[in-house]
Amino acid sequence: MATIQPHRVRAGRGTELGLLVLALAISISGYVLVGLGTEGTVPADVLGYSLGLTALAVGLHVVMRWRAPFADPVIMPVAVALNGIGLAMIYRIDFAYAARGKEHGFAERQLTWTALSIALAAVVLVLLRDHRTLRRYTYTAMVVGLALVVLPLVPGLGVLINGARIWVRFGGVGLQPAELAKIALAVFFAGYLVTHRDTLALAGPRVLGLQLPRARDLGPILIVWGASLAVLVLERDLGTSLLFFGLFVAMLYLATERLSWVIIGLGLFVVGAFFAATAFAHVGARFDAWLHAMDDDVFQKAVGGSGQLVRGLFGLANGGLFGTGLGQGRPDLVPYAESDFIYASLGEELGLTGMLAILLGYLILAERGFRTAVGVRDGFGKLLAGGLSFVVAFQTVVVVGGVTKMIPLTGLTTPFLAYGGSSLVANWIIVALLLRVSDEARRPAPAVRALTPEVGTPVVVGASDDHPTERIGGAS
Amino acid sequence: MSEVTVTLLRLGYLALLWVLVLSAISVLRRDLYGTRIVDRRRANKQVQARTATPPPAAAVPAAAPEPAPVRTPRSARSGSGPRRLVVTEGPLRGTIVPLGTSAVLIGRAPSNTLVLDDDYSSSRHARVFQQDGQWFVEDLGSTNGTYVADQRVESAVPLPTGTPVRVGQSVLELQR
Repeated sequence: MATIQPHRVRAGRGTELGLLVLALAISISGYVLVGLGTEGTVPADVLGYSLGLTALAVGLHVVMRWRAPFADPVIMPVAVALNGIGLAMIYRIDFAYAARGKEHGFAERQLTWTALSIALAAVVLVLLRDHRTLRRYTYTAMVVGLALVVLPLVPGLGVLINGARIWVRFGGVGLQPAELAKIALAVFFAGYLVTHRDTLALAGPRVLGLQLPRARDLGPILIVWGASLAVLVLERDLGTSLLFFGLFVAMLYLATERLSWVIIGLGLFVVGAFFAATAFAHVGARFDAWLHAMDDDVFQKAVGGSGQLVRGLFGLANGGLFGTGLGQGRPDLVPYAESDFIYASLGEELGLTGMLAILLGYLILAERGFRTAVGVRDGFGKLLAGGLSFVVAFQTVVVVGGVTKMIPLTGLTTPFLAYGGSSLVANWIIVALLLRVSDEARRPAPAVRALTPEVGTPVVVGASDDHPTERIGGAS
Repeated sequence: MSEVTVTLLRLGYLALLWVLVLSAISVLRRDLYGTRIVDRRRANKQVQARTATPPPAAAVPAAAPEPAPVRTPRSARSGSGPRRLVVTEGPLRGTIVPLGTSAVLIGRAPSNTLVLDDDYSSSRHARVFQQDGQWFVEDLGSTNGTYVADQRVESAVPLPTGTPVRVGQSVLELQR
């Protein structure tokens, strides 16, 4: 006969260290290969770079051994590998820009941002002992999130770059507050939906097998829809508005399991997209560049044409199956090769084989996030982990789909790969939050004790029970 | 650098990327399946082979091979009679019914102790009961019959530990 047993939970810190060695090997050898490919020599500062990156990653690993010993072993190495690949590629594009006399120096700035982001992730892991603490700040998170979204509209602070008003400038440092807003909004949606999901799921009429929500429960989704349309209209940013709306619909679906929300959301999206495409020239131009990319007049258009997209596609074609090799292609011919089109640059130099490996990396990251959401026991943690992994997955789909001409191009950043400080900081904070939730999800339940102790006195387990949210008697 | 070295480095880097991806997948493969199925007889044999000296007779049941949560010892159990009824074949394979002193009713009706979802069994199919320390099995007028060691049961027959009983598509046996 057979019995079914759950697997013994392994903390997985050793596994993580093993994967981390691989991830660091990828990052460092990428850096070396860029040097070999562009200049024919190993970069002079490779030792310092390797030591710095290793110190950062191992430092985060040690923090996890200390503060999140049961966290998922795969998330962090995959994030480090993606970040390292991005750094190598940005370094490579810097070379090409320097050779052509264009503005360069992106790699140093990105390296600084990487150090800052990983340090911030460690700080989040140390300070946030229990993700349920965040639930107390549900409405604070809403205010913070909305404030961050409208921050670029403040005169004197917001900057108009390439027709989109999504940047703010603080003393010489440009930031995209929307990147951080998505975390705050994920916290707000999780806290809001975990309280209201029953009314959203159960009350309302049934039409054609669809459980429709009541009209007055439609309020929040309409507000978010309006807010994301406002972002689209006032800040002229298609990507961010799509991200916020998609995040809310996805979390509504996670919370209620009602397909009707997805259908309502998609319907509202289609209405909004149609309205935007006809009413705003810059959105309409995106559709035009997508549908008629190869037309000569669309390609030649100076602003809003398909030149960038088509040059990226030519780069991908040049890469082929195995790529030209790091430092051997011409990814710099595509405008914004270091940020918006870094995936096309990687596709040219690493080929389809490398692109698929990177995509699988994102898939693993998102899968671990959703697995964490399945495993964690509290509703808030489930929604938070699900929402945050959805953000990473959705951004990847939108960017990769845009670059490969599957969907219209939108201005979202490729998580971890693209040049940009705000995006890197936000994504590492997301990783830290996912690690925190997964620590809670994978921590073995405390051993079952008898309900009534044999002696009449209560048994005190664990000496250091100073923190009220800590699990009493948990293995630590 | 020669052309061959460049190509090898280029392909080697791609291989390294895939090594990371595949080793990450192999780490989480365990999670995708979640549980493992253990053949208990084989596991027990391995334990017997490993332990050179048998544990004292009165001790707690032999130590499990894996650190499973320790069950509270059931001291009220008497003698060496069977302690559970186990489904060894059929859709419910692996199901364990702990035996007390009361009879176990088997069939499709939800009021039974062991409810079989099986078109070949009757709603009240068979009964396993104890009398004077001995376990018996009895057919309750089922359509397809109850078989003990390939013999159709006509009236209540004694059921020794470890003898297979066929009820519809399922096979059950008593175990210690």
